[in-house]
Amino acid sequence: MTLVKTKIGRRSFIRTSALAGGGMMVGFSWLASCKMTPEQVNNLPKEWFDINGFLKIADNGLVTIMSPNPEIGQNVKTAMPMIVADELDVDWKDVIVEQAPLNLDVFQRQLAGGSQSIRHGWEGLRMAGATARKMLKQAAAKAWEVPEAEISTAMGRLEHKASGKSAGYGEMASAAVQEEKPDEAPESIEAPEEVELKSIDQFTIIGTDRKNVDGPNIITGKPLFGIDIYEEGMLTAMIVHPPAFGLTYKSMNADEAKGMPGIKDIFHVTVYPEDAEKQWSDGGGIPELVAIVGESTWQCMQAKKALQVEWDTPEALESTKSYGDDLSKLLEAPVEKPARADGDFKKAFAGASKTIERTYTAPFLAHNTMEPMNFYANVTADKAVLKGPIQTPEFLEKTLASVLKMPLEKIDIDMTRMGGGFGRRLYGHFGVEAAVISQKVGAPIKLVYSREDDMTQGTYRPAYKVNFKAGLDANNQLIAWYVKGVGTNDDLIFENRFPAGAVDNYLAEKNSLNTKITTGAWRAPRSNFIAGAEQSFMDEVAELAGKDPIEFRLELFERATSNPVGDPEKNDYDPQRYAGVLKLVKEKSNWGNGDKARGVSAYYCHNSYVAQVLDLNMNGNQPQVDEVWCAVDCGIVINPISAKNQIEGGIIDGIGHATFSQMTFENGAPQQQNFNDYRLIRHSEAPKAIHSYFIDNGIDPTGLGEPSLPPIVAALANAMYKATGKRVYNQPYILEKEVVG
Amino acid sequence: MASFNLKINGTTLEVEADPSTPMLWVLRDHLKLVGTKFGCGIAQCGACTVHLEDNAVRSCQLPVSAVGDQKITTIEGLSENGDHPVQKAWLEVDVPQCGYCQAGQIMTASAFLKNNPNPTDEEISTAMNGNICRCGTYTRIKKAVKLAAADSK
Ligand code: FES
Ligand code: FES
Repeated sequence: MTLVKTKIGRRSFIRTSALAGGGMMVGFSWLASCKMTPEQVNNLPKEWFDINGFLKIADNGLVTIMSPNPEIGQNVKTAMPMIVADELDVDWKDVIVEQAPLNLDVFQRQLAGGSQSIRHGWEGLRMAGATARKMLKQAAAKAWEVPEAEISTAMGRLEHKASGKSAGYGEMASAAVQEEKPDEAPESIEAPEEVELKSIDQFTIIGTDRKNVDGPNIITGKPLFGIDIYEEGMLTAMIVHPPAFGLTYKSMNADEAKGMPGIKDIFHVTVYPEDAEKQWSDGGGIPELVAIVGESTWQCMQAKKALQVEWDTPEALESTKSYGDDLSKLLEAPVEKPARADGDFKKAFAGASKTIERTYTAPFLAHNTMEPMNFYANVTADKAVLKGPIQTPEFLEKTLASVLKMPLEKIDIDMTRMGGGFGRRLYGHFGVEAAVISQKVGAPIKLVYSREDDMTQGTYRPAYKVNFKAGLDANNQLIAWYVKGVGTNDDLIFENRFPAGAVDNYLAEKNSLNTKITTGAWRAPRSNFIAGAEQSFMDEVAELAGKDPIEFRLELFERATSNPVGDPEKNDYDPQRYAGVLKLVKEKSNWGNGDKARGVSAYYCHNSYVAQVLDLNMNGNQPQVDEVWCAVDCGIVINPISAKNQIEGGIIDGIGHATFSQMTFENGAPQQQNFNDYRLIRHSEAPKAIHSYFIDNGIDPTGLGEPSLPPIVAALANAMYKATGKRVYNQPYILEKEVVG
Repeated sequence: MASFNLKINGTTLEVEADPSTPMLWVLRDHLKLVGTKFGCGIAQCGACTVHLEDNAVRSCQLPVSAVGDQKITTIEGLSENGDHPVQKAWLEVDVPQCGYCQAGQIMTASAFLKNNPNPTDEEISTAMNGNICRCGTYTRIKKAVKLAAADSK
């Protein structure tokens, strides 16, 4: 049991009021954290205090939790209300979860739906439930004339044992927000300044399996996604973007296409005028496009085929080969200053008994969310109404204000469920495109990308190259470690992550190559490559030292715990939690026994720790993963059945991309356009079984959507080595040749 | 443009469309049956899977003019209350993540189980191989298909 404040200084995290028609409403801030000092609170951005979640308890006892966070596939729409409901002490079957409509006056928009939502929402959600419970208890105490402390709650009911009185929440809900003085407005009711949070052992919903609240809608095909929007009078729009990165619009011949059935208009459109104030979220949005507007998607697709567009080539175009060469050069070029240097790497490496050096590469990857990019827009002279799958609505709104020359208040953006994200829907250029197309045709439109448009638009996972060196002393102790990473528009290295802090002589360097091919965040940015490379290299170093790969890692974590190198505050990981997941996976997988080809790997990212063991068979040059054991430390697990789903998804995603996937380019043109040439993992290639285990440590919850992906890439590579005797260094593993880009 | 009378989910619906229009877009754009999803348009992902009579087909490859009298079933018509054994198994196993591919997965699985009520793991993998799940729910899909097979016995 912890006491938390609902108010710090004049800023309150909670607002309560009566519900029209009877009952109570508690408004709360999803982002609020009550563990802060007043100074920290004063320095917080204003939106942390905005009331953007609602909890309603109706007279009939039904609890509605309204979440402003749209669902992206990480099941936060189930997990978040579970947290509120647990603190409130209600029966989960009496809880309804609603996607709150985004009304500018009520909800502050925010970065929505990411894997960090739970981490950020944890305190605020608990406080909301606890506040409502306390107010209900206060109301019951008053009605029954008994001390509040003697009232207990469970399953949506209040009880006073001594007097035998009890009541459902619904019966007390109106009274809980009743004003003392009836002439005052009910909105002004103050929430209690301090409320009690449950201790972990009091949780009844958190930590139990609860099915996806949208499950019934999904399995019956209800319209949930942006692409499912059909409004009265709506037209369909498609775009034509340059077929290669670096080309710009020159001219077009649309005569034939314009005359085709159902086609309303075809025009060149400037999405981002020169004076547009772009936000980071506009990412690789292409400034000039051709738009096709018609009655139906198929008609637009047909017109697109008939349309002839000419493009200019203002500068030399880039190719996969040139990227590979440029990244290699950059890897060899000296850097201005190291990202981190402990001890003297050069000297230690030169004096080492055994040394090893390896280089790893990975190509660009597309996000390929199953639901292609799309957005609905209806822009009229005095209003812009938009709806669609996006994670950054508040940034889209700012860009729109600048591009449409419209004040923010006149722009409304609704978020829909998203058919996958993986980072792609942080970059909302498609929303801007939809708006300018709607403005130009003067009608509501839904912009739909074809798969080809989606896959060739850009915003890719960067291509990477990394070089490692390690030195062992005569006792096979790791005394020197070097890492240098380069990437396209990204510098790859987290210099303070493991093994920083565990090696006396450590040097990390990084650099980035500017490219025309646009890049963006892709599930577990940077970690998705560096983890696989680092943990593959670690396997080779352990082998060189003649040690078991798990024991070798544990020795290093022991070193980082007992005698950390450098300033331990700087080390961006907790060695004991790292060791904890390794030990757990060792035990669960029965490591060291059996005759299967198996590999191990461990990584920390998004504040969570993951260790994995993987068994496989080779099918020619293709790995067929048999079983995976995965130990996770992500603090308190809210909803285990869904947490395991995320873990399984990350593992399959990681195995799939590392084995099969790549984007390559010739003269700027993407060589993969659809799923016939871009290989994604399929059913028969997925592991036969995945076993997930959680560390039970009561620490506040951390990320789950990302952390299982990065390490599996190395568990796979290390097991492939056991099966074939050959190490793999270049993704996709099925080719095992340097592609890069 | 031509007029078609289509037997969809137990009712006859009239549609005006170009004969080449794939059923995927007839369902979505013309009839607003949006449970059938667009994923690739080239028969690679299975998001658009529907039943043509008892067979799972890719609606993105099925021109409206080729349907004729044959009955079409979409996810909306698979069961009245979402209680087809495959749908129930999907909920029980808690399969979906983003959910976008799942209607297609369910339509493939339900047609497959009708023809092969006692599948082996291998047969399930082969039958489901044309349906991509970008979120990686494959192990759960397999579990759900097995559960549905066991439950329909
Ligand atoms: S949309 Fe038909 S198979 Fe992909
Ligand atoms: S659940 Fe997202 S694509 Fe399958």
